[in-house]
Amino acid sequence: MINSWLANRFGLRVEKQIHVSPWISLFIPFISIVLALLVGAVFLSLTGNDPWKVYGVMFKGAFGSVFGLSECVVNAIPLLMTGLAVALAFRMLLWNIGAEGQFYMGAFAASWVALSFPHAPAYLVMPGMFLAGFAGGALWGLLPAIPRALLGVNETLTTLMLNYVAILWVDSLVYGHWRDPQGYNFPLTAQFSDAATLPSLGNTRIHAGVFLALAAAVVVHIILKHTVWGYEIRIIGESQKAAKYAGINVVKNILLVMMLSGGLSGLAGYCEVAGITHRLQESISPGYGYTAIIVAWLGKLNPWAIMVVSFLFGGFLVGGYTMQSAGLPAATVSILQGSILFFVLAGEILTRYRICLVERRNDQ
Amino acid sequence: MESVAVSVLAAAVTAGTPILYATLGELFAERAGVLNLGVEGMMLVGAVSGLIVTVHSSNHWLGLLAAMVAGGLMALIHAVLTVSLRANQVVSGLALTIFGTGLSAYLGKNMIGIPVPSPFESFELGFLSHIPLIGKILFQHDVLVYLTYLLVPFYWYYLYQTPSGLNLRAAGENPGATDAAGLNVNRIRYSAVCLGGVLAGIGGAYLSLAYAPSWLENMTAGRGWIAVALVIFATWDPLRAMLGAYLFGGIEALGFRLQAVGITVSPFYLKMLPYLFTILVLILVTSSNRRLRVGAPAALGLPFEREER
Repeated sequence: MINSWLANRFGLRVEKQIHVSPWISLFIPFISIVLALLVGAVFLSLTGNDPWKVYGVMFKGAFGSVFGLSECVVNAIPLLMTGLAVALAFRMLLWNIGAEGQFYMGAFAASWVALSFPHAPAYLVMPGMFLAGFAGGALWGLLPAIPRALLGVNETLTTLMLNYVAILWVDSLVYGHWRDPQGYNFPLTAQFSDAATLPSLGNTRIHAGVFLALAAAVVVHIILKHTVWGYEIRIIGESQKAAKYAGINVVKNILLVMMLSGGLSGLAGYCEVAGITHRLQESISPGYGYTAIIVAWLGKLNPWAIMVVSFLFGGFLVGGYTMQSAGLPAATVSILQGSILFFVLAGEILTRYRICLVERRNDQ
Repeated sequence: MESVAVSVLAAAVTAGTPILYATLGELFAERAGVLNLGVEGMMLVGAVSGLIVTVHSSNHWLGLLAAMVAGGLMALIHAVLTVSLRANQVVSGLALTIFGTGLSAYLGKNMIGIPVPSPFESFELGFLSHIPLIGKILFQHDVLVYLTYLLVPFYWYYLYQTPSGLNLRAAGENPGATDAAGLNVNRIRYSAVCLGGVLAGIGGAYLSLAYAPSWLENMTAGRGWIAVALVIFATWDPLRAMLGAYLFGGIEALGFRLQAVGITVSPFYLKMLPYLFTILVLILVTSSNRRLRVGAPAALGLPFEREER
């Protein structure tokens, strides 16, 4: 229908395309961000805000100073790790929406080690927290993976439900018997010992977790591109039927990928408590696990692209905080993030179709 | 003891009603073949726009209308992306929820703590409310609850007994054949998704205008997601959706009741109940649906590409 209309009017037709030029792949995210900012500007002015002022504060807060930039990195660390985590699962068409909960369980498990052994030396407590953080997230990821693998229970919903459970679990602790008696009744635990905290870079809040996050990107890249396992993951993602015919064990892969995905988010939680808050507290994540979904999709599930995008989205978060303290509507940031994803999704049709001239109609 | 049971059941109906509206909406979209994971976002935007309009106009019917329009417009975004542009339905729905969460927080920023001038109030529905037990459980609520008593049978009738309902189901089961029969699949899917958004909007407005008349950020607290799960529980059937919604309402009401009675379970554990219950139900239902071979609409989640048949 569209095709005949286009052909008669303009001598054009829409065609499926198989090879996507890398130029388009770069162009879509970029133009999506620009369009989202435009839509946001219209929306801001309609609701009585000055978009220049809002964007100005946001941009300056995030990228206008060395401190701002360092804060972008601080926020990019959990985004990168959770973004990699969901990208890994998405590659297999496993919709792990549970990065948020896995983050919380990782933070919980790492805190448990730190609080249980307040006098342990760093060389014992640090690896312990690392392992606990990974295990906490991995088990929380495994929980919905088992019914998914064995019975086909929708993992989107179960992983999401477990987010609420994990957050309530941490709340029950920081409001309950883990609450610091010297904490003036605030919902937080006692501070970790120095041995249980990650060192920071200079006088910024960038902590050693940044190396862990970068290493995670390398590891995910190697797994996906250079191992048999990664090949299997990609095949399952392309077609589960084909994978089964090829003798790939889908059940085992679902369990393993969800554990690794959960484990990465758990490590992000570990980094947050060990590197930033130095204690477990209420709402340790401003929704990293959800933003991670946008980050992963915008980065086309590619570890290197996710690295760049997570820095950018770290900037969004910092911009949001700056806006909040300036009394401007910080929720603008989530509106922008959502709109960016809308435009990226809309733009993907350009990667699947192309418009070309109708040639030599007479010959047909 | 009996009065406690009755009050819990009555509370189950009120707590279940917002979930019921959202579930009916999602059921509509899924029957046409479109999965919309944006229910949570549409409910939130519905809740906040209903509240804003009610606060400014002091008329909760105008507020309800605003919530319906807002929910429908949100759903329209999803329809454009997934039906016309054939984007991934899972990611688009997630984007809608993220967007709706932000949008509702933005719009509701100055609304926190403002009381609703004229919320939907409960009233006794004539002689029906004097029927022993049932009267107290079912017929001492607000008008939006009573509307569902009409909506659900009508919905069921529409879906299974009218040509239009058949077309809707056909678009979700076999869009190719539907298209060959001369029907416009895209138009059916557009209207189903948008109507789903309208219903989700009502569900949200029920929270902010009747259930807990006020605005709180993220006040839906996962009810939109529970609605998506309930559609599976209901095996895409409106009557079972009603049953499921009240079941979940009951869990929520029971949690409150246990707290009020002074049972010393941490309130955080009680709040976990609906989520854990959802997971449990999903596991049980998925395995039994498999055994009974009842399943999702065959083309659920798949874009329809006319050129590719």
